Amino acid sequence: MSVAVYALRLGDDCLILGQRLSAWAARAPELEEDVALLNIALDHLGAARSLLTYAGSFTGQDEDQLAFLRDEREFTNALVMELDNGDFGTTMARQLVVSAYQVPLWEALTASQDELLAGVAGKAVKEATYHLDHAVSWVIRLGDGTEESHRRMQAGLDMVWPYAFELFETDGLVAELIASGIAAEPVALQRAWDSTVTRVISEATLSVPDTDWRPTGGRSGKHTEGFGYLLAEMQHLHRSHPGASW
Amino acid sequence: MLWEVFVRSKRGLSHTHVGSLHAADAHLALRNARDLYTRRQEGVSLWVVPAEEIVASSPEEKDAFFDPAGDKVYRHPTFYDVPEGLTHL
Repeated sequence: MSVAVYALRLGDDCLILGQRLSAWAARAPELEEDVALLNIALDHLGAARSLLTYAGSFTGQDEDQLAFLRDEREFTNALVMELDNGDFGTTMARQLVVSAYQVPLWEALTASQDELLAGVAGKAVKEATYHLDHAVSWVIRLGDGTEESHRRMQAGLDMVWPYAFELFETDGLVAELIASGIAAEPVALQRAWDSTVTRVISEATLSVPDTDWRPTGGRSGKHTEGFGYLLAEMQHLHRSHPGASW
Repeated sequence: MLWEVFVRSKRGLSHTHVGSLHAADAHLALRNARDLYTRRQEGVSLWVVPAEEIVASSPEEKDAFFDPAGDKVYRHPTFYDVPEGLTHL
């Protein structure tokens, strides 16, 4: 079922970004930011659980099997989600890029013909709105802050930027689901994304990175070098103690 | 910079002091307050106030400020006979 693949892509995006963000626990610049980032990580984990459970319902797998027992090539998250956290500026650049995409994504999906996707989107759109607000606040403050914070914020943006465009690719599956009113239209998402990030980058006195490099492959399971390490950490417990719970 | 946080738990109640936090400016203080103090649905409204803006009574003035009220029981509304059958008091 195409909708299962689509739900899995959205779910993998949330799961992997949530996993990356959770690595900020006890490492953020201040205690308050620790809690903020972990709240956001948990929002993503919550959305991932619903989406993975839904995707698995078509194939007889549960959320744990999908999260913990698939290998690298079976994950369909966009590459931007798995990028290294880098410094705080890089993480905020990634948060800006992803949140500015997820807000219009969830908004569009609230009108999806698929009832479950519409339900998940209805909850996620409020969360994503806050994630965007959080990222925008920091990108502006760091970009328009000191010389050093500006330099690092720009470096983070330059690093993350090329990976953004994979989010707006349309393949046969997405085209089919758009036709049946289930999926969000990537062209419209990119228009909304572009207007948000351009406004923020300008307000932050940063510049739009000048590069045509467009890395891609996440949707078909071709991931970046660091992804195996991420999975090893995320899956270790479940694989060592199958069915462990608390 | 230190901020004091006040949460209104529901409409009709007052904002109550719940704690403090660090933030660089008011905008971030409000967001930190949201993340630290309302993550379990504790509130519907938030105030943040720069801690240094709060004028506090001093412990040394405690006797002069508060002790004089100690023996003035007549200030409490406890000297009324409540009519029988009154339910909404």
